[in-house]
Amino acid sequence: MSQTDLLRFATAGSVDDGKSTLIGRLLYDSKQIFEDQLEAIEKTSLDRGDEYVDLALLTDGLRAEREQGITIDVAYRYFSTPKRKFIIADSPGHIQHTRNMITGCSTADLVLVLVDARNGITEQTKRHAFIASLLRISHLVVCINKMDLVGWSKERFQEIRAELETFVTRLQIPDITFIPISALQGDNVVDRSTAMPWYEGASLLHHLEDVHIASDRNLIDLRFPVQLVMRPRSQQLHDYRGYAGQVASGILGVGDEVMVLPSGFVSKVEGIEFYDQELEQAFPPMSVIIRLADDLDISRGDMLCRPHNKPYISQDLSATVCWMSEKPLEEGTKLAIKHNTAWGKALVHEIRYRLDINTLHRDESAKELGLNDIGRISFRTTVPLFYDEYRVNKATGSFVLVDEQTQVTVAAGMLLTHT
Amino acid sequence: MNYTLSHLEALEAEAIYVIREVVAEFERPCLLFSGGKDSAVLLHLAVKACWPGQLPFPVLHIDTGHNFPEVLDFRDRRVAELGVRLVVGSVQDAIDNGEVTEDKTPGASRNRLQTHSLIEAIARNRFDAVFGGGRRDEEKARAKERVFSHRDEFGQWDPRRQRPELWNLYNGRYRKGEHFRIFPLSNWTELDIWQYIENESIELPGIYFAHEREVFRKGQMLLALTPYTQPDPANPEEEVHTASVRYRTVGDMTCTSPVLSTAKTIEEVIQEISTTRISERGATRADDKFSEAAMEDRKREGYF
Repeated sequence: MSQTDLLRFATAGSVDDGKSTLIGRLLYDSKQIFEDQLEAIEKTSLDRGDEYVDLALLTDGLRAEREQGITIDVAYRYFSTPKRKFIIADSPGHIQHTRNMITGCSTADLVLVLVDARNGITEQTKRHAFIASLLRISHLVVCINKMDLVGWSKERFQEIRAELETFVTRLQIPDITFIPISALQGDNVVDRSTAMPWYEGASLLHHLEDVHIASDRNLIDLRFPVQLVMRPRSQQLHDYRGYAGQVASGILGVGDEVMVLPSGFVSKVEGIEFYDQELEQAFPPMSVIIRLADDLDISRGDMLCRPHNKPYISQDLSATVCWMSEKPLEEGTKLAIKHNTAWGKALVHEIRYRLDINTLHRDESAKELGLNDIGRISFRTTVPLFYDEYRVNKATGSFVLVDEQTQVTVAAGMLLTHT
Repeated sequence: MNYTLSHLEALEAEAIYVIREVVAEFERPCLLFSGGKDSAVLLHLAVKACWPGQLPFPVLHIDTGHNFPEVLDFRDRRVAELGVRLVVGSVQDAIDNGEVTEDKTPGASRNRLQTHSLIEAIARNRFDAVFGGGRRDEEKARAKERVFSHRDEFGQWDPRRQRPELWNLYNGRYRKGEHFRIFPLSNWTELDIWQYIENESIELPGIYFAHEREVFRKGQMLLALTPYTQPDPANPEEEVHTASVRYRTVGDMTCTSPVLSTAKTIEEVIQEISTTRISERGATRADDKFSEAAMEDRKREGYF
């Protein structure tokens, strides 16, 4: 099996920051663009009378978007180098698309933000840094783009860097890297730039290849949400009973003592199976089947953990949510909630505050949350959730809310421990 | 031990998780199985996800009536080996019953007609979740597709009204008459598919590997000589000749082109696509060349 690993990153920035050009450049310079795709955009560029091939066209999406000249949705793109395979969640930067950025960040290990060197830090840059911090992304890469248009100035780079560093001290992002680039000309994208000898760091691609993400996972707190009970209807497997699921966090080993929630019964791990293999251990994000030594009544939505390291168990909860529907969230609203592998109902008791993501001001007088608003809510669920604070465990700290009339997902939520 | 998965192991774990979510939450799933490489990988993953039990859902094939015989043989063999039920939606039957009208102009294909048979088969069997082997790297309309992709009561996809998809919390709730297309291979690329086929020794129809075949040029595409694809005798550029070719994708005979290749083994195929400079659909699918938004338009109507 090939031993490259996977890095998922989200990008943010508006059309003017050169984000599409940068992605086009990464794909092009890492030879992920095919000739027929290049021919198509060369033709479009030529037809439009562009002076150079517009690499941004590579990431152009749907007809509806081309007609309006905007990107309306998260697009996923792929490229790989001998070291890593990359998945890019490319989200548009407009203010009305906070929900797209959150969607893209929800599965990301790293966020890449673009800043136009001429304009410096904007409200949008701060918003993106804030969302990365809200979603607990450990790595932020700030590409200061269009360095060619500011005379490859070291002073300008340092000025912008200092400004953003001041802002992010209020956020929680452990690793921030600044890279001066020119997406259009390719400087510091794949190869080190000769125009900026004062910059001693790695090119963007080398940074993406080398950034250490393995320690970002929670390997301490064992959480195994039961996804499916495997009881094959066949004679020779008559007594077989296994619990299928994806390890959310922690490490599970054969012989380990585990507790089942909500029942509280304790048993031992008799076997860990993956198809026809018997494994000794399982860790995230492996999808396995667990067999226990005792015959217990366990169903989908239950959770295995360690007897001395349990998640919180409660029906009264508090969370930060991003509201994603045009119909606003009001106090007293009833919604469906999906958390781990369980569905339940949630009644929103209180909107504590709405957060202004530009100023980080908390408006405690807010009575509702509108589309793209971020706020803190308190709610009660019909079933207890087995959860951890999102800060320490993304898998067991996240949930979505669903409108029961339309069945549409209307909110992304991140749980807090104090209610 | 560093507790890290390789990229293929991570993609496999994700796909299995997706398949199990569907088994847990939907009442009547089915899996689109054309006998092509992506659906062969998908079927293999479904078997792994449901192990040690049998596959708890049928497989569905939309037969255009213009399929490669080698691929139909492979389909029937895999279905028999697994003991699963095969449901066939026949485009020929739909034409014979007058449900759809075939475009008989030269070069026309039945590709678009498949949408009717697909939606009809889903409705008739009351399938509420249909697994497909679509990948986001294939085409730009697919790049924005969800893993759990909602379809309205007409089977249509509305790219502007897609549900946000966060973390791994998939929302498969639907109203009566609606259904979902499920894409467990969303994050796989063509190369990932082939590396996985190699690692797992997944069997494929022989036409994916280099073989001698009678072909002719049609514009920029190469076409095999078949009952449905014939050269224009008046055009000297369309002269029939024998060449060593293989198929990168397998669809309807009328619109799937072979590529010149000498890759006879999985290893050689991987070597070939690692260095190729033409995209999979660009090299092989005449159906995507009609317009820039050809795939988007077909998908809106309810295509795979």
